[in-house]
Order: sequence, then structure tokens, then C-alpha cells
Amino acid sequence: MLGKLNWSAIPLDQPIPMITSGVVVLVILGVLAWVVLAGHLPYLWREWITSVDHKRIGVMYTLLASVMLLRGFADAIMMRAQQALAFHSQGYLPPEHFNQIFSAHGTIMIFFVAMPFVIGLMNLVVPLQLGVRDVAFPTLNSVGFWLTATGALLVNISLVIGEFARTGWLPYPPLSELTYSPGVGVDYYTWSLEISGVGTLVAGINLVTTVLKMRTRGMSYMRMPMFCWTALASNLLIVAAFPILTATLAMLILDRYFGFHFFTNEAGGNVMMFMNLIWAWGHPEVYILVLPAFGIFSEVVSTFSGKPLFGYRSMVLATMAICVISFMVWLHHFFTMGAGPDVNAIFGIASMIIAVPTGVKIYNWLFTMYGGRIRFTSPMLWSIGFMVTFILGGLTGVLVAVPPADFLLHNSLFLVAHFHNVIIGGVLFGAFAGYTYWFPKAFGFRLHEGLGKAAFWFWLIGFYVAFMPLYAVGLLGMTRRMQHYDVPEWRPWLILAAFGAVLILIGIMFQIAQLVVSIRRRDELRDRTGDPWDARSLEWATASPPPAFNFAILPDVRGEDAYWDMKSRARQQDLQKQEPDYEDIEMPRNSPTGFVCAFFATLMGFALIWHIWWMVAAGLVGAFATFVVFAWRDHDEYIISAAEVARIDRANLAERRELVTAAGSA
Amino acid sequence: MTDATMDAHGDPNRVREIAELTMTNPGPAPKRIVTGYGFWIFILSDMIMFSAFFATYAVLLGQTAGGPTGRELFDLRNVAIETGFLLASSFTCGMASIAADMRSKTWFYLAMAVTCAFGVGFLAIEGNEFASLVARGAGPTRSAFLSAFFSLVGLHGLHVSAGILWLLTMMAQVFAKGFRADIQRRFLCFALFWHALDIIWIAVFTVVYLLGSAQ
Repeated sequence: MLGKLNWSAIPLDQPIPMITSGVVVLVILGVLAWVVLAGHLPYLWREWITSVDHKRIGVMYTLLASVMLLRGFADAIMMRAQQALAFHSQGYLPPEHFNQIFSAHGTIMIFFVAMPFVIGLMNLVVPLQLGVRDVAFPTLNSVGFWLTATGALLVNISLVIGEFARTGWLPYPPLSELTYSPGVGVDYYTWSLEISGVGTLVAGINLVTTVLKMRTRGMSYMRMPMFCWTALASNLLIVAAFPILTATLAMLILDRYFGFHFFTNEAGGNVMMFMNLIWAWGHPEVYILVLPAFGIFSEVVSTFSGKPLFGYRSMVLATMAICVISFMVWLHHFFTMGAGPDVNAIFGIASMIIAVPTGVKIYNWLFTMYGGRIRFTSPMLWSIGFMVTFILGGLTGVLVAVPPADFLLHNSLFLVAHFHNVIIGGVLFGAFAGYTYWFPKAFGFRLHEGLGKAAFWFWLIGFYVAFMPLYAVGLLGMTRRMQHYDVPEWRPWLILAAFGAVLILIGIMFQIAQLVVSIRRRDELRDRTGDPWDARSLEWATASPPPAFNFAILPDVRGEDAYWDMKSRARQQDLQKQEPDYEDIEMPRNSPTGFVCAFFATLMGFALIWHIWWMVAAGLVGAFATFVVFAWRDHDEYIISAAEVARIDRANLAERRELVTAAGSA
Repeated sequence: MTDATMDAHGDPNRVREIAELTMTNPGPAPKRIVTGYGFWIFILSDMIMFSAFFATYAVLLGQTAGGPTGRELFDLRNVAIETGFLLASSFTCGMASIAADMRSKTWFYLAMAVTCAFGVGFLAIEGNEFASLVARGAGPTRSAFLSAFFSLVGLHGLHVSAGILWLLTMMAQVFAKGFRADIQRRFLCFALFWHALDIIWIAVFTVVYLLGSAQ
């Protein structure tokens, strides 16, 4: 009836997961009870869960990422504590638990923090920057988000029911094969990533189509804001790389469920084929994450330097060059495979070449700042912190791209320090810069600056204290993923690293405090102009938060930095003049399709993990029925009348004018 | 120097103006274009997924683990019939497109029904081939080569099955809703999907069966 599932799946004998999951379940129940009792459920259902508005979906992606960041960070600090303690001892985490923690940490941080964070920001901002009303496929957008949430849910269910993979964040065979991982851990991993991978692919297709086919009048390619370019590159990579992940995990699933021999040791299976396939996805994935971050820094640096982006065209070229070259370096993840000096040399050189366009970008940001009137707001601090940190991470990257050096450093904590250096310093700082920068656009009020700056400094210093010791200890020969060790030279570094993790924890607490304080003081932080930073691109041309239709009249773009251009023309020729002709606007209707799909996907994923075949069939039938019901709808759009559009737009314009006049009279 | 700071004096031949004219964007594309374009991108991503399985097949082709090879297993006559069925179904699917453009329900149902029949015929032959291989002890668990073979060909078969499910849904939709604009767009996607499966089958035919028979 319930396949492999029985009471022994719940780890009653292990206090750490039991207490943690108990608390989490209580919190979730508490929130649910509050939502239901306070009567917020209809509002949540109508305005958020079934929403197909790209801004709402973007916010939900980002929220998912923030919550998962807490989970992933909890794993991180547990690992740092374990390694600080486990000198000549077992520490407090048994090996099988420690192995699950480092696997879950990597999986969650990449797939359910970094990915939803950047996809959320792209969802929120790209249509606004392109000057259009929504993405190409609004309902599909909602499906994509909810499938991602399904993946995150399954990973977290593994905390209570069963176990998670003990194989690392990429389940290398033969360890991940049934022979060596007979439990459900790897199955949790594969199915949650198969499901969320479909969600990511859907988001990728959606955003590529949006950028290529949905730009407003006059928004030619070479006038797109840099964030749209990097979003395009990143989503092209999603479309080209994620199917490889889907295929590779499908092969692993076939091995595990039906005894196929793709990656087994017997019957001709080829283990190294898994490494090749997974990194053919995995290296582009790194750039999927970091390219949007590069776009965010471009926007932030140019806005707060009060200058157009230096070398826009070279920046576009660099972005697209990275997009292509990122598919030609995957083998540097396993120089030690033994492909021979020629192959290793080619991939080593390709890995160094990809550093060139990245370097171009760094110079462009520096020259954008040069001669500008820089405002050191917290998004700008994150950007400057990024530049320093990322250069360091990039340099150690070039170092490990040298095959002979890599033979020494492969699988060591030096490598761990390197990729945290680029992912925290690049992707996460970028995500935080974007979060602070676009928060007023999404919610209509700014985040508290002082707390934001405190968070930045704790994160920055905490990062250096946590990860510089890992470089050192890696050079001292410590390999990654060690549950305990006996080398006294390593210990001080690991204690220092644990202290760094505590500093980061304080940074995260400041971020939470910042959010709470900002919400409480939202009236004094209110952004009435829609343009709190005196920025340059079209998302700032509309109100904060923007109305459902984004723009009452689709903007007509005449050059780069479209909104800056409009502002300077308005100053010159007093654009107060005649009112535009408002027209009826068609907007897509909200739809529960995404949520219902995700419900069946969760059911199916869970059933597949535990071999509950009737439930798999039920989930499949349910998913197909959902599609048919969705396909049968007759009215997928509703009309916002011209009068209503005019009313909303006039109110916004009046508020802006009032502020402009007030500023003028002062 | 950027566009904003560049004035007319810096551009005496007005090159910039000409470039601007060729580059202006008229605004968001119509729905039919957006839908078709997005679906094309999906098909491209699907082909990348297939390419991973093709690459795997190429790597594992010789890994028979002492078991049967492609030469011993493949019946090219059967495969030729299969190919004929699928190509013919693509032709009739094209007829259905024309019928949809002409808004002729009778011809649409007829062409779709024939497409469906060819598709089911294709699946029947493939299922038969799989069953006989398994019966001869050459199932997917026998060797890495056979794992790769069954997965690649089976993945294509799964796509055809999903296509047939979609085909039937499309027929029901036209029956219930007629040739509405959104139904037409959906049918455009279906037709793209069905033809794409043909393209992939050509590759399967060549790489799996013809090259595989040489082993």
C-alpha cells in the first residue's frame, strides 16, 4: 500500500533532525493557523497563490529563496561547528548525518537559494525594464514557480521522512548507485531536481521569449538595459543546459529503479560519463547564476555613479562571450580523470580565456565609477564588496584552471574556498544588491539603510573570516567533506572559519531585522515617486509598486538609458502638457493551474521516492486532468477599462508632480 | 562615449541614424508569433535532452558486456516500416494543418485520425520490437549498450505517446470549441512537436539503427 514507507522512515532516535523538524513543523502550522484564523487565506489565494502577475511571482521566488537560505545556512553553521570540534574526536554529528548535511547544503544553496533568487529578480524586473505588461507566458510562469517550490518541499520533507542523499551535492556514481546508496536519499535528490528542473526550464523558455519577442516600441537590442542582456544570456543557458541535467538524472534514476547500466561498475557502464554529463550542465549553471548578478551590478553601479554604463557594447559582447564559452570548460572540474595532457591543456586554456570577458566587465564597472558622483548606498556597498571579493575568487579560479596545480588542489578545501568565494561574493552579493535596489519597486517603500549597511559589513567581514582560512587549510592538505581529522595544524584555521560563520549569522540577523524594521516604518520609508534612486531604466518610470498593467501607456524608447532620457527631456521641455489617450488593457486572468500542478507533482515525486505506484498513477492522471481543464478555459483575460487606467495613472502622475514642485520650491 | 553624449557633429555621415532605423523595434510581437517562438525554444531544449541520450548511446555502443550487439539484434526491415509510418504521419499532420487553416472540421478530423493511426502503428511496432528483445534476453539490464538503446528509443516512443495524447485532446478541443484563435495557436504547437519528433527519428534511425548495425 505505501511502498517502502513505514514508521522506521522517521528518525525518532536522532535528536537533531527530530527537534529541528519539530520546530519547523510547529512554525509552519502556526503561520497556517494565523493565516486561516485572521482570514488572510482568500486574499493569499486570490492575490498570490493563483497570481500570474510576473511581479508577484518574482516576489514569491525571492521569498522562497530567502527561506531556503536560512535552511542552507543552518546546514553550513552545523558543518563549521562540527569541523571546529571534531579534532581527535567524533564531534557532535555522526558521519551519516554529516554527509547528509553537506549534500543538502550544496543542493539547497544552488537549486533553491541562488536559482530562485536570480530567477525571481529577473521575473520581477525584466518585463518592467523592457517596458511591457507581462512575460510571454504568464500562466506557465506560475507553473514554473510552483514546480520549483515542489522541489524545495521534497528536499525538506527528507528531513523528517527518510533521509537525504549522502553523496555530495552532485550524486557521483558509483556511490549514488543502488549498490552503495540503497536508501531513499538519492531518490529524494533526483526527483526533487527533476521536478524543479522542469520548473526552471519553463522559466528559462519564458524569459528568453519575453526578451526576444516582447520589447516595447523602440527598445532595440542595443538599447536594452544590461540586466536584460544578462538575463537573456542566463536564460539561454538554462534552455541549453537544464535538459542535460534532466537527462543525466533520468539515467541515474533508470539505473537505480530498473537496473540499467549507464553508470554502474558492471556490464559496461561508464562512471566518468556521469561526470562529463553533469558538468556539461554544471559549468553553464555557474554562469546561469552569476550572469544576472553581473547585470544587477551594472544597473546599480551606473545608477549610483550617476553615469551611463561605461562600454555598454563591450559589456554586451562580454556577456554573450561568457554565454558561449561557458559550454567549453566543463572538463576542468575533473582534470584528474586522466583524459591526458592535450585534453587537459585545452580545457585549462579555455577556462583561462573565459576569465577575459569577466575581466572586461570589472574594468567597465570601475570606469563607470571613475569620475562619477558616487552615492555609497547599501546596494552600492554590495557591488564594491563584490568587485574586490570576486577578483580574488576569480584569481584562485585561474589558479585551479592550471591542470598541474589542480592535481594538488582537487577536492581540497582550497577548491571549496574558491567556489564559495565566487558564489557568495558574486551571486549572493548580487542577489542582495538587487534585493535592496528593487525592494522599493516591488513594495513601495525602501529598506532601512543603516541596518542594511550593518548587514553588509558583517557579511563581508564574515565571509573573509570564514573562507580565507579554508584556502589555507586546503593548501595544508585538508580534503573537503571530512567528518573528523587528526592534524593539529588544521584546527586553528577551522575554529577561525567557524567564527566567520558566526559573523555571517549576525549579518543574516541584521537582514531579518532590516526587513522587520522597514515594514514597521514603511510610512517614513515610502517611495512616492516610483524612482527613489534617481535611476536610469524603465522600471523606475512607473509607480512603486507598479499597477497590475505596469505601464498605462507602453513607453516609446528613443535611446539607451530610456528613463534617464525621458527625465532629461521632461526637464528641458516641461512634459506636463497634454494627457495621453488611455485605452482598455487586456491582462491575463489569475489561474490555480500552477498550484494544482505542483500539488500533483509533489504527490507524484513523493510516491516515486517511496515506490507507491498507485499514487504515482493518481498523480499522473491528476496532472493531465489539470492540463486539460486549463486548456478548456474560455476566458483567460480580463479587461481593465480605460477609465480605470486613467484614474490610476493620473493619481501616480499627480503624486510625482507634487513632489517635483515641492523639490523645486525648496 | 555613449549614444546619450554623442551629438550630431560626431556623426557627419549619419551612420548612427541609419543603424537606428534598421534596428527599431515595433513593440511586442503578436500572440501567435510569441506562442510559436516560445514553443520552438522548448523544442530546441527537448532536442538537447535527446542529444544527451544520443551522446550516451555513442559512448556505450561498444559496451555489450559479452551480450548481443546491434548487428545481431536490429531488424532493419521492421525499422524501415516504422520510419515509413512516422514520415507518413508527418505528412497527414501537415494535411491537418491545412484543414485547420481552411477551417474544415471534416478534413481536420480525418487527417488527425490518420495521423493518430500511423502514430499508434509506429508505437505498436516499437513495442513489439522491445518485447521480442526482452524475450530473447536482450533487455535493458543486459548491458550498458542495451540500456542506452532502450532509453534513447524509448524516450522517443514516450514523446510519440505524449503526442498521441495531445493529438486526441486537440481533436476534442476542436470539436468542443471550433477553430478559435487560441485553439489554432495550440494546434500550431502540436504540429511543430509532431514534426520535430520526425526529425529526431531520422537521427535515431541513422545513429541507432544504421550505425548500430555496423557494430
